[in-house]
Amino acid sequence: MNTATFKKPSVILASIILILAVLAALVPGLFTSHNPLSGTSGALLSPSLEHWFGTDSVGRDLYSRVIYGTRQSLLGALVAVLVGLVVGTILGLIAGAQGGWLDALLMRIVDVLLSIPSLLLSLSVIILLGYGTVNAAIAVGITSVATFARLARSQVISVSSLDFVEAAYGSGASRFQVLTRHILPNSLTPVIALAAVQFGSAILQLSVLGFLGYGAPAPTPEWGLIIADARDYIATSWWLTVLPGAVIIAVVMSANHLSHIVQKKAR
Amino acid sequence: MTARQLWLRIGQALLVLLATYTLAFILLSALPSDAIMARYASPDLGLSSDEINAIRAEYGADKPLIVQYFTSLFGFLTGNFGYSVQTGASIASMVAEALPGTLALAISAFVLACIWALLIAVAASFSRGLRGFVLGLPSLMVSLPSFWIGIILIQLVSFKLGWVPVIGASPVQSLILPALTLSIPIAAPLAQVLVRSIEDVERQPFISVVKARGASRSRIFFGNVLRNAILPALTIAGVLFGELVGGAVVTEAVFGRAGIGQMTVNAVANRDTPVLMAVVVIAATLYVLINLLVDLLHPVLDPRVRRKERA
Repeated sequence: MNTATFKKPSVILASIILILAVLAALVPGLFTSHNPLSGTSGALLSPSLEHWFGTDSVGRDLYSRVIYGTRQSLLGALVAVLVGLVVGTILGLIAGAQGGWLDALLMRIVDVLLSIPSLLLSLSVIILLGYGTVNAAIAVGITSVATFARLARSQVISVSSLDFVEAAYGSGASRFQVLTRHILPNSLTPVIALAAVQFGSAILQLSVLGFLGYGAPAPTPEWGLIIADARDYIATSWWLTVLPGAVIIAVVMSANHLSHIVQKKAR
Repeated sequence: MTARQLWLRIGQALLVLLATYTLAFILLSALPSDAIMARYASPDLGLSSDEINAIRAEYGADKPLIVQYFTSLFGFLTGNFGYSVQTGASIASMVAEALPGTLALAISAFVLACIWALLIAVAASFSRGLRGFVLGLPSLMVSLPSFWIGIILIQLVSFKLGWVPVIGASPVQSLILPALTLSIPIAAPLAQVLVRSIEDVERQPFISVVKARGASRSRIFFGNVLRNAILPALTIAGVLFGELVGGAVVTEAVFGRAGIGQMTVNAVANRDTPVLMAVVVIAATLYVLINLLVDLLHPVLDPRVRRKERA
């Protein structure tokens, strides 16, 4: 990446937001001294210097709930992307390297996964596995398996026809060695770039599942759940929905912006 | 497209559908403890194992899996989607009851989304000053959680401005905000594809020819560019359908509208797997049909594709 990219204000802003989000996920205590789980002052206080985002219906500090919720969202999105990346790449690698009926079978499974709208696919996984943070993350991850598998397969097929792969076979390497030492590493760059692109949408999909109540259980601070909890108070307390939503949008936009630059560079 | 290619494409679509049905059956019907056990085996209900077995027999769950598979497949082919474990109602009649509301929502949201996408494309082409801002809109729109858009709209339009009543709204009034909410995530990818394809068309030599002949900017845009740019947008029809389904689930949950989405959310909440399976299979069928239709329509709408295929 050249230095000109780094100097663009939008890139600097997006980087700062993401770094803050990662810090908040790692050490939430750095950003707030309030307890996200128990109320301190009155309920439904509007934003003030003491409570930046105001307080919710049971008097909990909303800002600290959003800060502590960062970990749920970022960790969940990471798990989701890893599930899609690992499962998808393995499927794509096998399909591309093996060819024949196995390739045909795996690609039909991919077609099936693509034919189910992603939210319905997530809900199917959730009805199988049950509610919870990890299950929601797996459910979101499954929806990107097909995309990863297709990309990995096409990469493997194009890399396999290159001269150095022939040379590796020629110098007596086994099929497995060629696959893991030569084909896989050389196929990965676009796949990793896709993983970066998926990160933002994974945060968004997780917040939808949280909002519908399938993610973390009730008192846990989770972004979608925080907004779902606020629904009964929208007539009087705007801050309960507007401010956490703004944080979600800022983080998702930053992740999308940076990942698209990464993807362009990877090409 | 030759007759052979046509049948091959249709056969492929049918194969994907059968595979989707089979996967959904294996995951949602056969594994791990079935829906009936999950619902009735709870000790709170105090049912004896004989009673549970009787219930299972009533749903046909006592038969071997392969028999269940073909019974259920035959049912789906003839429009009998099975019975809800939660209420015992026929899923086909539940779908029939929920469909009109969702259809009205989806169609009006889709029309709105097309309008947004066209406005963005036109503004990006005609206004130098607005171009930067307008081209940034789609990436903002894909970053908005749709449930949040819905809540903000209720807050702003219903409570602050009082334009749409919260209680006692007419059917048309109660459609406005949900349709607006659902249109945003649909408009974003549509606008992205449209803007990109307009840029592609504008670089084509024939546009320079039209320009050289003295056609006005708006004439070139609406008469030549837009006509050619709309076609590539067709290829993302399947993606848009998926977004519409997912968005409808969320939108109906936010606004408390009865419909397929609400039915789906209830099914997940009550672990009513037969209902979810029916929704998944119906949605996948529509997705496959839409993509098939787009593939078949493409050569009809674009003579170049036809000529390439003949060559």
